Amino acid sequence: MEFWVIQTFNGVSYGALLFLLAGGLSLIFGMMRIVNMTHGSYYLLGGYVGLTVIWGTGNFVLAILAGALVIALVGLGEYNTFLKRLSGQELGQVLTTMGFALIFQDLGLVIWGGEPYTIRTPAALSGSYQLGELYFPVYRVFIVMVAAAVAVVLWLVLERTRVGAMIRATVDDAEMARGVGINVPRISMGVFALGAFLAATAGVVAGGFVGVYPGADFEILPYAFVVVIVGGMGSLKGALIGSLMVGLLDNFGKAFFPELSYFTLFAPMAAILAIRPTGLFGRA
Amino acid sequence: MGKKLLVSVVGVLVLVAGVGPAPAWAQKGPIKIGYQGPMTGPAAAVGKDMANGLKMYLDEVGHQIAGRKVELIVEDNQGQPDLALTKLRKLVESDKVHVMAGGLFAHIGYALAPKVDEYKVPMLYPVMAADDLTQRKPAKWVVRTGWTGSQPSHPFGEWVFKTLGYKKVVVIGMDYAFGWEVVGGFQKSFEEAGGQVIQKLWPPLNTADFAPYLAQIRKDADAVFALMVAVSSLRFPKQYQDAGLKARFPLIGGGTTFDEFVLPSLGDEAIGGISPLIYSAALDTPVNKRFVKEYRAKFGKVPSYYSETYYTAGRWINEAAKAIGGNVEDNERFLAALRKVEITDAPRGPIKLDAYGNPIQNIYIRKVEKKDGELWNTVIQTFPAVSQFWKYKPDEFLKQPVYSRDFPPCKYC
Repeated sequence: MEFWVIQTFNGVSYGALLFLLAGGLSLIFGMMRIVNMTHGSYYLLGGYVGLTVIWGTGNFVLAILAGALVIALVGLGEYNTFLKRLSGQELGQVLTTMGFALIFQDLGLVIWGGEPYTIRTPAALSGSYQLGELYFPVYRVFIVMVAAAVAVVLWLVLERTRVGAMIRATVDDAEMARGVGINVPRISMGVFALGAFLAATAGVVAGGFVGVYPGADFEILPYAFVVVIVGGMGSLKGALIGSLMVGLLDNFGKAFFPELSYFTLFAPMAAILAIRPTGLFGRA
Repeated sequence: MGKKLLVSVVGVLVLVAGVGPAPAWAQKGPIKIGYQGPMTGPAAAVGKDMANGLKMYLDEVGHQIAGRKVELIVEDNQGQPDLALTKLRKLVESDKVHVMAGGLFAHIGYALAPKVDEYKVPMLYPVMAADDLTQRKPAKWVVRTGWTGSQPSHPFGEWVFKTLGYKKVVVIGMDYAFGWEVVGGFQKSFEEAGGQVIQKLWPPLNTADFAPYLAQIRKDADAVFALMVAVSSLRFPKQYQDAGLKARFPLIGGGTTFDEFVLPSLGDEAIGGISPLIYSAALDTPVNKRFVKEYRAKFGKVPSYYSETYYTAGRWINEAAKAIGGNVEDNERFLAALRKVEITDAPRGPIKLDAYGNPIQNIYIRKVEKKDGELWNTVIQTFPAVSQFWKYKPDEFLKQPVYSRDFPPCKYC
């Protein structure tokens, strides 16, 4: 029993991290049809910026905000200068984002060197809550709370505001949205920056327990894509369910079949694609 | 006037000496040393420590060995076996190095050995601890100046049972050759002394999130033995503590779990960790104190065992080259000389090779303690002159298979 509770909690908390990472990717994917290979780099660079802020100020909240904002600007720059011009050319966009991913990877090496670091988290977030025989690491509870807060805010914005309605309209049919007077390029730009913002947030948060290190970008990218593909492109609900599924599968897969940990992750993805090519909540 | 004359005479003499018949080596150019290690990627911090150790030694001797200039060629293999083979080819075929020193991960050691034998260029393994390279599958051209994975574990296993009094231990180790060998050596001597390994968990190399494994640790254990390397050493102790385990099960482990390269990045979660290794930066000998002081002045951090072993590897090459008058082009003689090197005053203590080519050296049992705000591996016990076979007879020891995932079998699981 204890085993199941703890492992489920671990899976959910890992899923929460994946949601932060992949939520934005899903919207970008769904709205602009951009297969954004730079998404992992936002995660990594966000972590690095957060690290630098921690070194300078020791303030964890500031590190998260600074990392997220700086990387949102980086994403904005990438979108405005390059991707916007390639609108509709899927191959050109993939190659451009891939190129940026490689450039960012080397940039990270030049600026922060090849060494792995961990982001020192505040004392209030270390240790664990104890419930009888069960121990829940405080930091993982914190990740779940951050992800839940982000999910609620995103949901409110998407479902309850004018901007949200415009975003949904653009995801559903960009051409019609343009036809009824929605400024699609501006909406796209905003969503792209939001995606980078969330990925960088995930990077700083993850830096507190797996560290920030070269290679983290391409290590995390497959997970983000699996989440988006399983959940369906452009769907917030899909990203949420997809993240939880992947987090749990990954966790239980490693617990039960450590040698097959990639198989237990990708086999369900292949199965879902075979049955529902658009993902669980995606629309064609 | 007299002074000027004297100066000119000396000048002429120097000129004459300069154009006189030069020794044979002068035409051959510098001694080329090829280094490869993970300079980027998850193990980059370790790769840098290794390269720094070697560089520091070469700087100390003014890049002169046996009267010849020394050229060091540094290659990055990112800790990947395929890339390591490519770099080996590059160092030998295009750089034409005379000797190599490199590598971090044991499985890369196994991958490189046959190719090194093919090239017939001596390669020092100051770190790669793959047991069988000096046991059941010796490689002629590999000169191990480091250790075997199970070497520190042998005395440690018995010591843990007798001194710490732990009866039941859970092991969690990186799932590759080095992990199996460190854990295997511990299990063998711990169980022979009367202890029981009651569970073995094998997370893959570079696991980011240990939660799925930590949740499985059996609650009837007296302690947990962890074998982490590189970036895992950075993550594990904190996750172990945050999962509420540190307070219940004391953490012991392989030496790399608490290595000096990672201690500055760790906090109080590492305090109390006990592990055996061939070196500790806290060793209280004049040689080591000087080494630590100078390394710190140069690189701004405490040397790790990775720094020490590569520093000593530089010295090892020097001693061998001197013994053959700097004629490193004679690769067979150079190899023989490398095998004969004996160092009595390395920072880690005295070292010489056994009949199988693995160093006989001290094993230190270290405990992580905080001194003046820094974490150090305080030496709490020294086992002098331990061979890779410890108290076992070599021919009998070699009859058992090499330590692996399933050997020794987990009888008490």
